[in-house]
Amino acid sequence: MEVTTKSMPYEAWKENEYIEKLVDELRQSGTNVVVGSLDKLINWGRSNSIWPLTFATSCCGIEFVSLGAARFDMARFGWEVARSSPRQADFMMVAGTIVHRMVPVFRRLYDQLAEPKYVIACGSCAISGGPFRKSYHVAKGIEDIVPVDVFVPGCPPRPEAMIYGIMQLSRKIKVERFFGGVNRQEKQKEFLAAHPVEGVED
Amino acid sequence: MQDFSFLTTWVDNSLRSFMPGWLSVTVECLLIGVGLLLVYALLALFYIYYERKLCAAFQCRLGPNRVGPMGLLQSFADMFKMLIKEIIHLNHIDRFLFALAPYLVIIASMLAFAVLPWGNGLQVIDFNIGIFFLIAVSSIGVLGILLAGWSSNNKFTLIGSLRSGAQMVSYELSIGLSVITMVCLAGTMSVSGIVAEQENLWFIFKGHIPAVIAFVIYMIAGTAETNRGPFDLPEAESELTAGYHTEYSGMHFGFFYLAEYLNLFIVSGVASLLFFGGWMPLHIPGWDAFNHIMDYIPSVVWFLGKAIALSFIIIWFKWTFPRLRIDQLLSLEWKYLLPINLFNLVLMVLIIIAGWHF
Amino acid sequence: MANTNKTIEKIKALLPDAAVSEGDSAPVVTVAAAQWHDLALALRNDMGMDFLTTIVGMDWTESMGAIYYVMSTATNEVVGIKVIAEGTRELPYMPSAADVWNVATLYEREVYDFFGIVFIGNPDMRRLFLNIDWVGYPLRKDYDADPAVNPVSTENERQSDFTDVWTLDADGKPQKHEERVFAKDDFVVNIGPQHPATHGVLRFRTAVDGETIKKIDVYMGYIHRGIEKLCENLTYPQTLHFMDRMDYFSAHNYHHALCMLYEKAAGIEISRRAQVIRVMMDELSRIASHCLFIGTYCMDLGATTMLFYALRVREQILDIMEKTCGARMTFNYDCIGGVMQDLAPDFRDDVKALLEVLPKNIKEYNEIFTGNVIARNRMEGVGVLSREDAIAYGVTGPSGRASGWACDMRKLFPYSIYGELDFEEVVMTEGDSMARFKCRMREMEESAKILAQLVDNIPDGEYCVKVPKVLKLPAGSWFQLTEGCRGAFGLYLESDGTTKPYRLKIAPPCLPQAAVVDHITRGMKIADLITIGGSLDYIVPDIDR
Repeated sequence: MEVTTKSMPYEAWKENEYIEKLVDELRQSGTNVVVGSLDKLINWGRSNSIWPLTFATSCCGIEFVSLGAARFDMARFGWEVARSSPRQADFMMVAGTIVHRMVPVFRRLYDQLAEPKYVIACGSCAISGGPFRKSYHVAKGIEDIVPVDVFVPGCPPRPEAMIYGIMQLSRKIKVERFFGGVNRQEKQKEFLAAHPVEGVED
Repeated sequence: MQDFSFLTTWVDNSLRSFMPGWLSVTVECLLIGVGLLLVYALLALFYIYYERKLCAAFQCRLGPNRVGPMGLLQSFADMFKMLIKEIIHLNHIDRFLFALAPYLVIIASMLAFAVLPWGNGLQVIDFNIGIFFLIAVSSIGVLGILLAGWSSNNKFTLIGSLRSGAQMVSYELSIGLSVITMVCLAGTMSVSGIVAEQENLWFIFKGHIPAVIAFVIYMIAGTAETNRGPFDLPEAESELTAGYHTEYSGMHFGFFYLAEYLNLFIVSGVASLLFFGGWMPLHIPGWDAFNHIMDYIPSVVWFLGKAIALSFIIIWFKWTFPRLRIDQLLSLEWKYLLPINLFNLVLMVLIIIAGWHF
Repeated sequence: MANTNKTIEKIKALLPDAAVSEGDSAPVVTVAAAQWHDLALALRNDMGMDFLTTIVGMDWTESMGAIYYVMSTATNEVVGIKVIAEGTRELPYMPSAADVWNVATLYEREVYDFFGIVFIGNPDMRRLFLNIDWVGYPLRKDYDADPAVNPVSTENERQSDFTDVWTLDADGKPQKHEERVFAKDDFVVNIGPQHPATHGVLRFRTAVDGETIKKIDVYMGYIHRGIEKLCENLTYPQTLHFMDRMDYFSAHNYHHALCMLYEKAAGIEISRRAQVIRVMMDELSRIASHCLFIGTYCMDLGATTMLFYALRVREQILDIMEKTCGARMTFNYDCIGGVMQDLAPDFRDDVKALLEVLPKNIKEYNEIFTGNVIARNRMEGVGVLSREDAIAYGVTGPSGRASGWACDMRKLFPYSIYGELDFEEVVMTEGDSMARFKCRMREMEESAKILAQLVDNIPDGEYCVKVPKVLKLPAGSWFQLTEGCRGAFGLYLESDGTTKPYRLKIAPPCLPQAAVVDHITRGMKIADLITIGGSLDYIVPDIDR
């Protein structure tokens, strides 16, 4: 099974090992025809409708605006329905530096996203702290705060790179199992257990 | 002109031929219910696609074009996604009202579907006060919005819903008055009667000046009724995050999202009923050959075509104008639209009395 | 900078024992903390020094203090007043100048946040960028940067409804009192930090009465990256790249400013070709920046389509930049001694093509938006900022010029080749949101005028002069004001003769603009907060650094 999206040949994808691994996992677990095809239908819907949360802290956010503009037009893929309320969004493009003071806010936003939710770490600041890594007030990458699905390197990444990143996310969703799928949910639970938020009851 | 009533009577007769009357009525109700739901869902999905494509065209973009041919399946994908999205259960909210609100909004728009003149003989109920019923049920929607804002226990939603309340109650007046203006011309409140009255000429031509004024006011007030830009204060994205439905997720949000587009359809459907003859083809007195050709186009196509064309105008508004402020919005209604409307009603009555209409 | 002898003489007459050091930028007068408040009043009332450009907090290890750079809007004199704090290193204190210059309230909070210097009499002495429980004062030289002291926490930050006010008791010891920020029964709406209209992660705690705003408390620091501290541990050329990431729209302008400061300190003369290239890039970014302002501002007001029209021109400018600098946003193009690489071969044609389409586009924007009756109702008379307030709050740039204050640093202190260029300083008098919007529109035309003058006159020559691989600046201090896209961009450099700056203070134009929001939104509607915030056009990473 080649996981690809429309009008992008399989060979054009840079690195496919990760997706191949997911596909293998999917194959090994096996499923019956009815559930399998329903799964396919749902995944088709999910992978083609990923709505971003309008969330930007710095430079990368401006490139995200450019991504929505006429030249790069993410509306082509159906990603333009940027929701301001995290409850209605599907993924969070972490565009910009996350600093100490922002961390609780950011984490709360992530918790407010409705399942299934995804995170794209966009730009070197979100990945590792980037040029501000040595600062006293910058979180060294968001991986310690929320689980990340796709990393998009760059400072800031070009809009093309962002498109590529979101398409990778779309492929990833495609090979997830909706029924009986455990690969993501469980990982997230593990993650949340390892990174608890203290003092938050509701 | 094709008459769909033969179809409905045939269904009715064939059902009655082998089952008792009460059962056949029940079956018919069910059939119509399922049919309406289907139309409802399909129309909403179409409208979402339509708006996204139009908006893209206004903004020199392409719009959805990857999912399905020309992106036609985009809104279906969105629907699948929305259906399986988690509905977040919140603490510290009024759970009953919170869950009730989206249904109220949906029911309000659903009820209005019952009296729309879908085609010749294709109308669910034909009241003698059909248009009155329509106005009445479409204002239930505001209750849903108020409840949504109130029960969410969130300051943004509260402000959003209060804005919405003030806005809807005010603009209901303008809608009502412009409808009454047209009812004066039609001489009936029944939807089929209004359509039949326009057999010779649509009301917008028949009633000339007052009808055009009423049409303009109706379109402005209708845009405000549907909470769309430039009157989208209740969900003003840049001010109130997502307005009254900030706290809603999954399909509950989906209901608000669909209802927004269906209200758009209803408003433009009613406009086409009142001013452009509902399903009635374009007839020009004296041009018999032309009228005959026009009759070949099915009435359903006429109705949907008019409604969609009128929606284009409302969508055009949204993507052109900046948003009004709440006080400007209210003063537009109370200081301008309402007096003009009252004057227009008198003008219409005078014209009818004097027989100056066509 | 301008001749400041008269003011210095007046200060000397007032305080005969004050030490005056004549730097090559602005003279600095050193005074003791006890004399400072009287001097501040005299500076403002008698000497006309009505614009406080910035307060530079300083830690000289043996003592602490702050340098107030004040400027007269009438004579353009700039004077620095170095105030040495009293008290111990644990609790240094000095009198506040918040009652003299309004913007000092916020600037002093910043100094308190970074250095722990308490300002006696400042009505709001909370931390500004860091949260309440932050341990230590990061810009002190002995700050413990161990991440274990201040770990990343996902726990919600502790909130307080109280602010601190310090007064001196009978013994002359500073005492802390708590005061409420809002009245007890205020309905406080929290706008931000994740909110579509705050242009980033700014947070307004807004007390509202219905839809009417009673008071706004601005919270910053959600993108505070500690650039000033980072610079102290990097060599001079390494500090340059941070300039791209503060106000990312003025990347070229800020780069230019810092390069110029280093060149001035090191005594490097750069070629005219490099000067021209730098100025052209500055003006191109100004147009791109104002384009994006128009787009996002209109989007805030609900006219989403304008964003796409405005971004069209911006993309064209980014293409020009990309061909020469190799990046779309963080260019890192200016370097000490000139620019990184030569212009792209078709730079001239591209700029000419841009100059051709720009007037048409501006006309289109005016047709679609400016003349629209809804837009005019939303903007006219909303958020009026008077000239006096603009100066008192230090609101520079197009926002200040819309209030009638001619504060264009390109005109006041002509740097680089701006002195030879023919362009008009756009000054309006209304001071409302509409004026701020129009001012930027017209500035785009002025920038285009500058570009048109230069595009055919790019001289030949080397684009970068040779500079030593390891750059050491002589000991001393420099202060400089330049014009970013959003206002006066101040830089203060103190060097101890090594390869790294001892202190690099960045005075961004956006900080005072965020400070003035509370003042001009009182009594307005919530929707007006969006209009006003948008029209001020602050960039949050620039505020926070």
